[in-house]
This record gives sequence, C-alpha cells and structure tokens, in this order.
Amino acid sequence: MVLVFAENNAGKFKKAAFEAVSYGKKIANQLSCDCAALVIGDASSAGELGVYGADKVLNINDASFADFDAQNYVAAIAEVSNNIGAKLIIVSHSSTGRSLVGGLAARMNAAVISGANALPTLDDGFHVSKNVFSGKGIANFSLNTDVKIISLMGNSIQPENMGAEVSVEHVSVAPGNGRVKVVERKTVSGTVPLPEAELVVSAGRGMGGPDKWGIIDDLANSIGATTACSRPVADTGWRPHHEHVGQTGVAIRPNLYIAIGISGAIQHLAGVSSSKTIVVINKDADAPFFKNADYGVVADLFDVVPKLTEAIKAFKAVNA
Amino acid sequence: MKILVCVSRTPETTANISFSGDNSQLDTNGLQYIMNPYDEWYALVRALELKEQVGGSVSIINVGEAENDPVIRKGLAIGADEAIRIDAKPTSSLFVAKEIAAYAKDQGFDLIMLGKESIDYNGSLIGGMLAELMALPYISYATSMDLNGNTATLNREIEGGTEICEVETPFVLSAAKGMAEQRIPNMRGIMMAKRKPLNVVPSAGSDNLENVSSYQVVSKDRNIKILDPENMEELVRLLHEEAKVI
Repeated sequence: MVLVFAENNAGKFKKAAFEAVSYGKKIANQLSCDCAALVIGDASSAGELGVYGADKVLNINDASFADFDAQNYVAAIAEVSNNIGAKLIIVSHSSTGRSLVGGLAARMNAAVISGANALPTLDDGFHVSKNVFSGKGIANFSLNTDVKIISLMGNSIQPENMGAEVSVEHVSVAPGNGRVKVVERKTVSGTVPLPEAELVVSAGRGMGGPDKWGIIDDLANSIGATTACSRPVADTGWRPHHEHVGQTGVAIRPNLYIAIGISGAIQHLAGVSSSKTIVVINKDADAPFFKNADYGVVADLFDVVPKLTEAIKAFKAVNA
Repeated sequence: MKILVCVSRTPETTANISFSGDNSQLDTNGLQYIMNPYDEWYALVRALELKEQVGGSVSIINVGEAENDPVIRKGLAIGADEAIRIDAKPTSSLFVAKEIAAYAKDQGFDLIMLGKESIDYNGSLIGGMLAELMALPYISYATSMDLNGNTATLNREIEGGTEICEVETPFVLSAAKGMAEQRIPNMRGIMMAKRKPLNVVPSAGSDNLENVSSYQVVSKDRNIKILDPENMEELVRLLHEEAKVI
C-alpha cells in the first residue's frame, strides 16, 4: 500500500494534494498495490481524491487535530501507515509537508527523500531524484529501507484523471496531545502562494524604488500571476520578505518566470532556474540572466512592461 | 534559558557546483565553505538575542570532521558560548539527527534551534527528526519568536500566509527569514572565540538508511531568443504557441 497524506485547508484541497495523489497512484501501479489518501480534518470533498488516483480515502476527524501540531500529525500518519501496512508514505513538499517529512522518517526509522522532483525508478532498488545545492545540481537517492518516505516538490508532475470519486472511510487513531496551540491563521486570499504558482512575475533593483510597482502588478494581473522579487528588493523593504525568490528566499519552479530588472546573480538563479520558461527584461544587454533565459527583451522596463501587459490583454481578449 | 543551535557547514552561496568525474560525489576542489546561512543568520542570532534578554547559554553543535572547525569557530566569534562537534562524516539527515539527539537528550536544553533548511541538500529534515527523536514539539519555518516565561509565541510560515502559535519550552524550532538579522563577528569576538571550548565528541555510530547513488549538474544555460521591444505581441505569441505557458 502507498499512503498519501493529502493536505487540506478547511476542507479544500490544493493542486499539490492532487499532484501527490497522482504521484502515489503511479508508484502504486509500479509496485502493483493500492494507493490510499489520508485526510485529517474536514473530508466533505475528499471523495474527489479518487479522481486523481486514490483507491480509497481515509479520514481522521478528531478535534484534537484541529490545531496543526507537527508532532501530533506525524504520530497520526505513522499510526495509519502501520495499520494499513504502507510501504511508502508521500506528503507534499509544502510548508506543512516539510514539517512532517523528517518526523515521519525518524518515527518510522525509514529512508527518506524530501523534495523529490520525479517518479522513482524501481528496476535496481528504489531510486528517486531531487534538486540539491539550491537547484545547482540533482542527486539520485537510493532509499534502502522497507518503508520509505517521500515529500514531493510542487509542479514536478501534473495531477491526472486516474479514477473516479471514492467514498471516505473514517479511521481513528490515538488523539493528539495538544502541546501546540494555534492562536491565529492569516492566509492571503485571492493570490496563489509563490511555491504553488504556475506563473510568476518578478522584479528587481532595476525598478529603482518601491513606488513604481503598479506596472508589475498590472502585468501579473493580466495573466493571473503571482508577484515576486529579488533579494536586494526585499532587504531594502521595497517589497515584503515573503516575495523574495532565490537561494535564501523561496525556491520556485513555475511554468513561466518573468524577471524584470533583475541582473541574475547566481544566488537568484539557484532559486528560479527550475522554471520551465524564463523571460528576462533588462536594459543592460550584458546582464548575466540573459544566458539563462528562453526569451529576452533588452529595453527600458518602464517602456516595455506596459507594452507587454497591453499585448497580453489584447491576446486574452481574443483567446478568452 | 539553555539553548542548543544546530549548525551545518555548506558551500558558500556563490559557489559553482560540480561533481567528480564518475558523478559519485561533490567535487570539493576550490570550494569555499560557510555556516549554513539559515542556521547562522536566523537561528544562532535569535538564540543570542534571547540569551541577552533572559540570560542563560547558547551552545552550537555540528556533526562533521575537523575541516568544519573554522565554521564552528565563526559561530563562537558571533557569540555562542561553547561548541560541540560530533566527530563523524555527516552522511544522511537521519544519521545527523540521531547523532545530535544522542548527545542532546540528557543535556536539559530548553530550546533547540536550527535554520529552516541547509543550502546544500535543501532537505528541511533535521528539525522534525530531532523533535521526533527527542519527543519534543516542532515548530517549523518560524519567522519570529517571543518568550514569556516558559511560553513561546511564534509566527510561522504556512501555505499562503502565516500562523501564530504558542508552545511551552522545551521544543525544537526551525528559523526562517525575519527571525533575526545577520551579525558580523567583531575583532573581540574573533579573539574570544579562540579561548571558548570546542568539544569534540565521538560518534554514537548511527546508521544510514539512504545514500546518494549519483549526482548531475543542472545546466542553467538556455538558448535565448532576443525579441524586439516594439513587438511584445510576438513575445505573447511565442509564450502561447511555442512555450505553451499562457
């Protein structure tokens, strides 16, 4: 059995959960076993996990897990895993998943890879790859225990229609000990968080100051992208820290990364070079980022960004 | 307040990474090493600030061989009181966590801190492992922490937002940007670091459950198409038809 912990937020599943379920189902097919999804909390819409490959959905709905406490969640997932005899536990490599993956490995005394970027190969042992050195290299890990743990990097595979809705089966585990009390959760609604974003518009020092970001917001809004920035911009307070992408900020791998007025320091590239398509806009033709881009525009960003926004709006008007 | 900060030694952030001819290991030729920035800038500095507020001690611990000592000394120069180096090659995350837990479990630390991840293997694993091995609560990706007696109030990063939570010491904390500001060691700190204890302790002989079988370099170079700034319609067409991303 493959067990996938499908993260939900007040009963709603994000794409990362569907990716993890499809990933788990594909491995289950390779191993000729079933894939179970585990949902902690509100499972009212969890049946849809079946569409993405879950053969069954297990649900823990116990008030002692209402507050997120990594230690409690690790204990609960491990207990379910042991009960169903899972050989592989998969979580998303999200902030929640990352706070669980190490604890699961320690509790199960299991081999682990965090941030896997592809399906494993099973012909000679169990090998999975991940990006290392902040995206500068890839390492192939050999997982050498009977039970294995994987956290799956977002956007590594796409969710696939692999089945139909399934019913949800309630399971009970030892209640959580409630040592961590959540006082408040603040989530920004309306925008996709950077680690999950498929389209990202990012700007750097070339903006000259914090007051001209309207053209970046306009461009991002035109394609429904999330905004990001380079480290100097976050450090000088032009933009909030959570927008900082790069080696010491958020590492992302969107389908499209548009870098505006960012020269492309190696630390910045480390965090964004896994992007599928990179567009660089910079007035300095010698900016190192141009070597690492698919499309480049050498021009004053204040001229060209509004033109790009208009071109996209015109395109959307025709192709909507 | 007795605080333990786990520190890792990593290649510096601008290092070009390459692997040995058979791709079995990192090519360390010419590599410069630093203390993992998340461990140093955020976990260690916040630990020192807490000590300055409420008293106590800050110990740093590293699993590694003698080549790690300069990085550990830097931690002492920034202000840690003592250092422990577990004398073993850090071969996997669970190995490192077991080694640290074996040392720390009887030491009565009120708080165990480390960075949210190391910039070499980017695993974010050790904190959760330590918490589990030591049966302590784990708060990951904390961007701030304030102490009131034994109760800590923390802000932590969650998907698309932040969460405020409370927990009693002792617990394990991984620190993210915002927790503190980088401190540069001064000459007095550097001189004092030479006299502070760096205790080398033997490995507990933990096992390894996974290993890296091969590496490859990720080429960042791409074949760029330079576009006419007056013709953004062409860029939009390429993004739609060629790259298929919009």
